[in-house]
Amino acid sequence: MTLPLRKPSAAQPAAASDPRTYFSAATLAKFDAQVAQYPDPKAALIPILHYAQEEKGWISRETCEVIATYLKMPAIRVWEVMTFYPMFHQEPVGRHVAWVCRNISCDLRGADEIVATFYKKCGIEPGETTADGKLTLKLAECLGGCAAAPMMDVDGIYHENLTPESVERLLDGLK
Amino acid sequence: MAEKYLLTRIETPGYGGSLREYTATGGYEALKLALAKKPEEVCGIVKDSGLRGRGGAGFPTGLKWTFMPPATDPRPRYLAVNADESEPGTCKDRVLMERDPHSVVEGVMIAAYAIRAKAAYIYIRGEYRASKAALDRAIAEARAAGLIGKPLASSGLGGEVTLQVYTHVGAGAYICGEETALMESLEGKRGHPRPKPPFPANFGLWGQPTTVNNIETVTNVPYILTRGPQWFMTMGTKASPGNFLCGISGHVNRPGVYEVPLGIKAKEIIDQIAGGVWKGRKLKALIPGGSSSGFLPAPIVETMVMDHDGTKAAGSMFGTGAMIVLDETTCVVRATKVLCQFYHHETCGQCSQCREGCAWLDQICTRIENGDGHASDVTALLALADGMRSKTICALSDAAAIPVQLAVQHFRAEFEQHIAERRCPFGNRKMEIHHDGLHDESHIHNTQSVHTDVLTLHGIQHGDRVVGAARRA
Repeated sequence: MTLPLRKPSAAQPAAASDPRTYFSAATLAKFDAQVAQYPDPKAALIPILHYAQEEKGWISRETCEVIATYLKMPAIRVWEVMTFYPMFHQEPVGRHVAWVCRNISCDLRGADEIVATFYKKCGIEPGETTADGKLTLKLAECLGGCAAAPMMDVDGIYHENLTPESVERLLDGLK
Repeated sequence: MAEKYLLTRIETPGYGGSLREYTATGGYEALKLALAKKPEEVCGIVKDSGLRGRGGAGFPTGLKWTFMPPATDPRPRYLAVNADESEPGTCKDRVLMERDPHSVVEGVMIAAYAIRAKAAYIYIRGEYRASKAALDRAIAEARAAGLIGKPLASSGLGGEVTLQVYTHVGAGAYICGEETALMESLEGKRGHPRPKPPFPANFGLWGQPTTVNNIETVTNVPYILTRGPQWFMTMGTKASPGNFLCGISGHVNRPGVYEVPLGIKAKEIIDQIAGGVWKGRKLKALIPGGSSSGFLPAPIVETMVMDHDGTKAAGSMFGTGAMIVLDETTCVVRATKVLCQFYHHETCGQCSQCREGCAWLDQICTRIENGDGHASDVTALLALADGMRSKTICALSDAAAIPVQLAVQHFRAEFEQHIAERRCPFGNRKMEIHHDGLHDESHIHNTQSVHTDVLTLHGIQHGDRVVGAARRA
């Protein structure tokens, strides 16, 4: 049996945008500085995905293609790396992202109450975003805050020794 | 109280970790001493001290350095420093990086010099933004002061070597703490561990000779250089000298990161240093060295000493020295389930024993905890775990199997009670959280009902949903 050859379809994506127009100058400067650290520019891929996510909020297929152009590598290589690492958002997220640790040390000290507080206060469960697009809740594996459990990371800042009350206050303070 | 050195500066009130404060307290003296010696002599001193790696495996550091090719080998060589710190319960390297970053940088530089590296990469887990910021600041200060980036003498390479120190961030994958996965990730790839051999000392980063050391390990080195290997061996035990950073978490009154000598009794850490089990309760079990070291019951913990031999004799391992305390009200099945979910989420998927095994362990523990366990499930857990030991490229598969094996070995009656009573006798707290939180509870029940009927230990008939969920397909 011969496999049918895949015909090029009209749905093929257009050539990827130019990195120089797609990303801001500040982000591109970070890309360039990162690449300079390594004997092989491809090593900068993961830090570059972080910088891209800081600017765009999440990593779209187009973002992967532009990064591939920048690093002169196939887009599929960028995609396979991006999808391996949990910190990269593969779909749009809220303006704030909370990662609540669900692992053993936090679980022993009431991580379930922290998750429940999000539901009580904002009506979201892990993996969901509030209807107004303000907040996304995600569950994280151990974040290394074990001695101050339960804990979570909100927009890159660690909040430790949480109680349902302290989480409520924090959520009230989010703009 | 035993002598301290790793946390002495950090525990001094007002110490901010700047270059000025670090050098005022003897910082970078060890680097000067090291640069006045040949790299081989530095290796020799560290070898004499008996320092063992603090990242999990406990391999002798000086010996590891001597695995690098001889000075006549012209290839560039690298030092990769493991700051991925993702073993559940482990939160020690972070303290050093955030609060005394120059002690880390000095340790990195001496280690790099000892192996004649041209560059050192500190691989920091992506979530540790504060650690990266502190290290970047320290590296910039050290560079401005001419400590980094200037030629180092006596490199033995027929010229002078300029050492560079860089930070590099990961993005949330536990597996990247495994040294070969770390190197893959540093090269900008998925964190898939490499088969060994070839070993990193011969074929590491970009195919060049590379040594991978843990943050706490290299931070010990400056103190060994300035005070001597004899001094180092006065602390700890003969087989495991020195102090270690013990992160203690879970059900204790004063969880924290404490510097204690190796060979200290586990009970002393729990009862005296961490203030005892919380709420006046009794100890039920201890995870002695990070999640992969599994559960030990209270009677064994009573007499166990915290070092590589002591934890091994107790049937576990020293790991990262991260102690997790479980009080008498804790459900061991739930705790096991939480760990199984973790390994299921983190398996890289290369080896079938691990990819499938982690998924099954998670499935079975979850259904036992939910009151849906089968009479044959405990046997199934043991058979699965046995099939995951020493059969894969890296140790993640073993790390997932060990907690299940130890939990069943020491708390079998609890698993059987769950199955017989069709409920969790401790009250199943609902935080039904699955991988990434991308799947809600109904999904989990759904996969369970799919799998409950098709599980055969040797069969390949699984309906794929769980495996597919392990890493976002």
